[in-house]
Parts: sequence; C-alpha cells; structure tokens
Amino acid sequence: MFMEEKQNSQTSLDFNQNIFKPSSREEIIEIVKNCYKKNIPLEINGLKSKNKIGRNFQSEKTLDLSDYKGIIDYKPEELYIKVKAGTPLKEIIEQLDKNNQQLAFEPNDFGYLFSGESNSGSIGGVVSCNFAGSRRFKVGSVRDHILGFQGINGKGETIKSGGTVVKNVTGYDLSKLISGSFGTLTVLTELSIKVLPKPETSKTLVIKNPHLKKALDFIGKALSSSTDPSGGVFYPDYFGKNFVLNDLTHDGGLTAIRIEGPINSVDQRLNRLSKELSLLDQELSILDSEQSNIFWSRTKNLEVFKSLKSNLLRIVLPISETLQVIQKLKSFEIKYFIDWGGSLIWASFDQLNTKILGEIKDIVKKHQGYITLIKVEEDLKASADIFTIDPIKYKISEKIKRSFDPKRIFNPGKMYTGI
Amino acid sequence: MSSLQMPKVDDVVLSKKDKIASDLSVIINSKNVLSNPDELRPFETDGLTAYRQMPLLVVMPETVEEVSQILKYCNENKIKVVPRGAGTGLSGGSMPLKDCVLMAMGKFNKIIEIDYENRCVVTQPCVTNLAITHAVQDKGFYYAPDPSSQIACSIGGNVAENSGGVHSLKYGATTNNLLGIEVVLMDGTITKFGGKAMDAEGYDFLGLMTGSEGLLGVITEVTVKILKSPEVVKAALVGFPSIEDAGNCVAEIIAEGCIPAGMEIMDKALTKATNDYSKAGYPTDAEAMMIVEFDGTEHEVEAYIDKAKQIAEKNNSTSLKISKSNKERLKFWAGRKAAFPACGVLAPDYMCMDGSIPRGKLAEVLNEISKLSKKYNLAVANAFHAGDGNLHPLIMFDANDKESLRKCEEFGADILKYCVKVGGALTGEHGVGIEKRELMCEAFNDKDIQQQLTIKVALDPNSLLNPGKVYPILRKCAEEGRVHVHGGKTKFPDIPRF
Repeated sequence: MFMEEKQNSQTSLDFNQNIFKPSSREEIIEIVKNCYKKNIPLEINGLKSKNKIGRNFQSEKTLDLSDYKGIIDYKPEELYIKVKAGTPLKEIIEQLDKNNQQLAFEPNDFGYLFSGESNSGSIGGVVSCNFAGSRRFKVGSVRDHILGFQGINGKGETIKSGGTVVKNVTGYDLSKLISGSFGTLTVLTELSIKVLPKPETSKTLVIKNPHLKKALDFIGKALSSSTDPSGGVFYPDYFGKNFVLNDLTHDGGLTAIRIEGPINSVDQRLNRLSKELSLLDQELSILDSEQSNIFWSRTKNLEVFKSLKSNLLRIVLPISETLQVIQKLKSFEIKYFIDWGGSLIWASFDQLNTKILGEIKDIVKKHQGYITLIKVEEDLKASADIFTIDPIKYKISEKIKRSFDPKRIFNPGKMYTGI
Repeated sequence: MSSLQMPKVDDVVLSKKDKIASDLSVIINSKNVLSNPDELRPFETDGLTAYRQMPLLVVMPETVEEVSQILKYCNENKIKVVPRGAGTGLSGGSMPLKDCVLMAMGKFNKIIEIDYENRCVVTQPCVTNLAITHAVQDKGFYYAPDPSSQIACSIGGNVAENSGGVHSLKYGATTNNLLGIEVVLMDGTITKFGGKAMDAEGYDFLGLMTGSEGLLGVITEVTVKILKSPEVVKAALVGFPSIEDAGNCVAEIIAEGCIPAGMEIMDKALTKATNDYSKAGYPTDAEAMMIVEFDGTEHEVEAYIDKAKQIAEKNNSTSLKISKSNKERLKFWAGRKAAFPACGVLAPDYMCMDGSIPRGKLAEVLNEISKLSKKYNLAVANAFHAGDGNLHPLIMFDANDKESLRKCEEFGADILKYCVKVGGALTGEHGVGIEKRELMCEAFNDKDIQQQLTIKVALDPNSLLNPGKVYPILRKCAEEGRVHVHGGKTKFPDIPRF
C-alpha cells in the first residue's frame, strides 16, 4: 500500500524501511501522512542525546531528523536565529560564538551522563525536553526563548505559531506548549530562537563549604540581593575534586555564585556580595572568566555524573523546601548537587526500586515539587512513571494530544500511557 | 462600528433571563447577580470603547468554588460566559455578548501570600499589577512587567493578555514572570498549572493559558516571581535628525550587546505633542527622540550609558541628556506615558495601533506609515517600544465624519498588514480580541488557525467561553477596530496607556 503512496508522491521515499531519514519538509509530510493513514506509530529522534529519557514505547518506524538540519536565518542585530529542528546544538553555538552571542538558557549536555562524552543533541531535542541550565532562575527556561516554530501535526499538516519578533501575542502561544512535550505533539521542523549577547565577563565566587544549610543560606541571600547573580550551585564534599582549577585547589564541598556583566560592574558586585554574605572568615576563591566558564560548563554537562551506572533523578522544588527534602532523601544513600540557585536537585541513587521511588515521590510532592526520572535501570523504567501527573491534568493532556495528533502516532506513550 | 459581527445570539437563552438569574442566585449570593440595565451598564465595554454591548447578566463570584459552579451551570445550559478583570484591555477581549453571563472577577482582590524566600507573590487575579509591587517594595522587591495601565489593570487580565510594558525588553512579558495559576475550565474543573517550583512537568499549560485572552479558562489565582529592585536606574534623552538615525541607533545598541531596561522612540509629531502637554523638556526640533534606560549596579549603568552615548553620537544625535536624579528620569518618562492624552489635544479622535516588527525595519515601516498618512490624508503620530520592535502609531481622525472613520480603519489595517509583511506580528501586547480578529488570516493560514481552534474545542467543546474573540468569524480580512478615543475621553482617561 505504501508503494501506491510512493508512486503518487513527489519524493522517492521507500516506505518499507524502518528508519526514515528525511532531508526535506516534503518528505517529513509524506511520512507523517502515510503513518496517519495507516496508524503507524513513529519514534521521533534528533541526535539521540536524550532519547533515553522518557517511557519505553512501541513504535514501528523511526523518524530520524538528524539530516533535517541547517541554519535558515541568523540576524544577530535582531537577536534571533532560525534553524531546522535537526540542527546540532553545537553548530548553532559555533555560529553564535562568531557574533559573541549565546543561547542564554544554557541547555544541559546529557551526553556525558549517557555515553561518557559530549553530545549536546539537536535543537529540536533541546526544545522538546525543555531542560535549562544554571541561568534558569534569571533568564527563564528553554521555552522562554522560543519565538516561534513550524511543525507537522499528526495529520501531516504544516502548522506554525509565533514568529521571529520578541513581542507577539497573536493567538495561543503554541511555542510554549511544544516545549517540553517530548515530541508527542508535532514533528518540529523549524525553530526561531531568541539569542542574547554574551556577557562581557563572567566571574565566580567559590566558597569552600561542605554544609548544605549554609550553602542555601549563601545562595538565597545572593539571589535576593541587588548583585544579580546568574548561577548558584552547591556541590557536597564528594564532588569537590571534580572542580580543581588553577584558582580552586580545594577539593571539598563548595558553594559557587556566578556574576556576569561589564567587567567593572562584576568586580563591584563581587565585592559587595562578599560583604553582604559576611564572608571575611570564609575560605574563598574567585574564578576568572575562563575558569568560571569551565566550572559552569561542567555543571551544565552534569559531568559529576559522567558514565553514571546507577539511577539519576531530577528534582525541582521551591527553594524553601530543598533542605528538608535532602535531609529526608539522605537515608536513601544519594549523591547529589544543587543547581538553579537552590531549586533543582540532581540526585543519583544506587538502589532504586518501585517502593523507594514511591516514597521519594511522596516526599517531593509533599514539598510542592516534582521528579523526573532521567536515568533508571531498564526493569524499573518498564514499571515506573517517568513523569508524574494528576488525573485532571492527564485528562487535559489527553485532549491536547488529540488536538495535535488525533491518532497518537508521535512518540505514543513516551510521556504517559495513552498519550 | 456597530456592524461588528459576533456569534449568533441564542434567543432561548435571552428568553430565560429571569430563570438563569434565579438559578445563579442559588449558586452565589443573589446580591452578586446583576440583571438591571443600570447595574449592567458599567460592564458594557472595556478599554476598547468603540464597541459596546450590554450583557444578559453579570455575576460577581467570591470563591473559586463559585466560579466552578457557575461555569458548570452555564456549560450544561449552553450559556456563553465572558470573563472580565479590571476591564482595561485595549482589544475588546472582555466586551460582553448580548446573550452572555459576564463573569466579573472584581471580588478576587486580595494578595494571598508574599513569599520572600521563594521570591514570589501568590495573589487573587483582580489585584492590580502595581499593587503587587507596592506590596513588596518596602523589602526592595518589585514585579517586573509594567503595562502603562498598571495602576488599574488586573494581574489576571495581564495573564490573559500576556501583557508587556516598557521594561519587557530586558525582563520579558507576563509569560516570562509567571510561576503558576489556578484555573477553572468551562466544565467547572478546577486545576493548577505551575506553582512555586519552576517548569512544571508535562505540557506547558501555564504557557498556553497565558495570552489566551480568556478563551480557555477563568484564572482564579496567580503566582508571579518578584525581583530585587535594581540599585541604580538612569535614562538618556536623545534627539536625532531623522527617524533612520534613531532606528539605526536602536539596532546598534542591541547589536553591541547592551540590553537596556527600556528603549523608546517617538516621532517629531508626538514629541512635540507630549512636550506641550507634559513639559517634559524634550528636544522638539528633533525629527525623532529616543529614551533609553539602563538599570543595575552603578558601574554597570555607567558603562552602558557611556556605550549608548557613543553609539548615539555615531548615529548623528543632535542632543543628549542623561538623568541626574530619579526625579529627572521620571520626568523623561512623563511625556512618553502621556502620549494618549497629548494626542487628544491634536484631533477629535485617534486610534492606537499595536504592531510588532523587526527592529531593523523601524525606518522602513515609519516611511510606509508616512506614505499611508498622505494617501489617506490623516495625520499620524508614532511611539515605539523600539527595543523590542513594538510600535504604537496613533491615527488622528474625526469619528463624526463617517468617511474619516472608514479611512482611519483602512489606514490602521494597512499598517498592521505591513507589519506582518516585514516579518512582524499583528499585535505585540494589546491582544487580538475583537479588534484584530479578522486580520488573523494575514498572519496565519487556515491550518494554523484550525490547529488553534482544535485546542479551543478540546477544552471548551461548545465554544461557550468568550466566543467571538481572537479567531476570525468572517474568515476574510476585514478592517475593523482599534483603540478609538473620542474627544480625549477614554474609558479610563486617568490611566496612562501603552
């Protein structure tokens, strides 16, 4: 039957293959239309840096978008870049570097975690997962930087929302909806993303301190001051050795606060911060731009969990709850670090089973947070909920899913059963 | 303007007015159900006063449970519902329908919690935008989005419209400053999206609801993030010999890596009008005037102001004044914020447009507006949130002259179409509402609009919540609406606009 379609179409796709690797939008449309017609589920992939995140699901065919790549339009003075969804993040960053610009949301590189080496993935994957790095509390998440998109819905129709201008309230903001939807709503084809100038300089104040309570206190005060930090992390003793740098010889627990901007201003703010935090009796290091960038790059890349054998959970909480949650989780022998100025916990668990997971979820829920299972052993993955959802939101999500993908052909079950 | 087509009136609903009022009086306190014409009159329009329509009834719920029960009742009885916050919107988003129950949220007017540790405020939706800042400013915090109507507009309305403001260039619009909402759907379902923990898992319903103009749910609680007030704020007032020079200066400041807190341009006509009106000390001989504001630490602000000064000089600036005190800085803004009343002096009526364009197209679009002004023989004054390409041309006309009104509407539509043509958007911050509804097909094709309508139907299958707004009814690009002001009399003449 596919052959008939092939004869009628303008492209030369072979529908007997299991992996489609389209390089044009016309091909993507043809694939989706055929799958829609035949009820064939599709797994959508970019560069597979994050495809292990999410539930396992059955798919007959794979749509590999790694050949659908390229920068369509980059206007540094307009602060946007328009790219095809399969474009490697690396390529985008290289292009932005030339104009001293950046993606301010610092997307995580999950390559170290899953394969031991860098794989920052494709931009489509970054948007589909909506995981932002350390600057989150200051500049927003990935979704806050998506100006517009074009995608193919589950019927094979091309749809778009937003545009390339920052101010746009024309119709529903579907760019938000597709961010973090794990490829379950549309096949993304084009993305217009807000870019920002790189700060003139970036310096990091590192306080040698092994205590979480004190760390959260330092970071909390810093974030509530007018020194305007753009990063606040805490690494316990066991991770300190991962951050030995020229100006950071201490290998124990540390609290790091990043300040960015014009050089005079950064120095002024660092001085003020030291005073406001009463750090005179503390052991301190100030990392200059280069070392600061290395430090935050290692954080964004989750390098302390490089080639992790055990399980990794991502726990997001109101800052006020983090200390209590960590205290409760300590009985599970976790290793963790804190990002996002105190509201994001990356925690590895040697032992994790359905029962323990249930207990952890209850703790986090009680403290108004949520958990995403980033890396779990296969048997647990098959039985556990990777994402958590309540019945009301499930019902709404199901309706939204059907409004984009009525036959549930895109990554069916990747987020939730039935969606 | 009375020719605006709205969804078909349900005569059965009209005929049951008394029964509906009495049913609703069982759900909520009967004193909160209004049905007399005198009581309904204040709700017949919002900030887009050119359109007026009395609702069937007005309800003023006091709790989320009441909101839920009213919506459930209306859903089951196929009665249209129009939600309303402070009623200051500029695109007719809360204009009533003849057969609707208007849900006025005015009684949701309390701040629920101020949480400094998590740097957020949890509030009921009809608390005003500015009241949030007032509630936290003694501790040195503020809420960043600042639509000019912030003294009166409600935070729930800000969420519905995704309101921006002068400072959205650096701090983003409502959507970027929102942590969570509680919403009631048309079937009465109460749910929360987001909360004090950032980036809730699953589909981003918080993002979908923000800017959905009251079509998807009624907001009953809002959690916003608050920021520490910057230490130093300074502004520069710069005159240019041409609009091109001003436009180039804006583009270059952005390209140089300075992101000002706000960057505004006014053309000569508006500079003169606002200066006459508010004595702001503007360079009235300049063809274009720019206000650029930076905030941060002292050194940071100095560094950026210096850079902006150099760039302005390079782009032929004819005058440059830097604020020496907060008082002087506020004086710079006073004229800009009085643009509406200042225009009221120039002509009997004016319409305010709200288009968004790439920054680099400022000069081109202004030239086009100038050409159109000659073509239609109507004067125009221009104000821009230049930093983020959001323009507000004010078209002067006389509403008593039908031909003048028709020309004004065509002129306005031509401007918005041109905005879309150069890669911009129909509306930057005022919303589509009823005003730009029929122009949606300039920006979207049928498939795009159909996808959005499918979402609407998924959450409100009977299309009862705020129908007739945002999406075209005629399915052709008509030329309707705009913010129409007669004799300087806006609905809220004392509120600064855009």
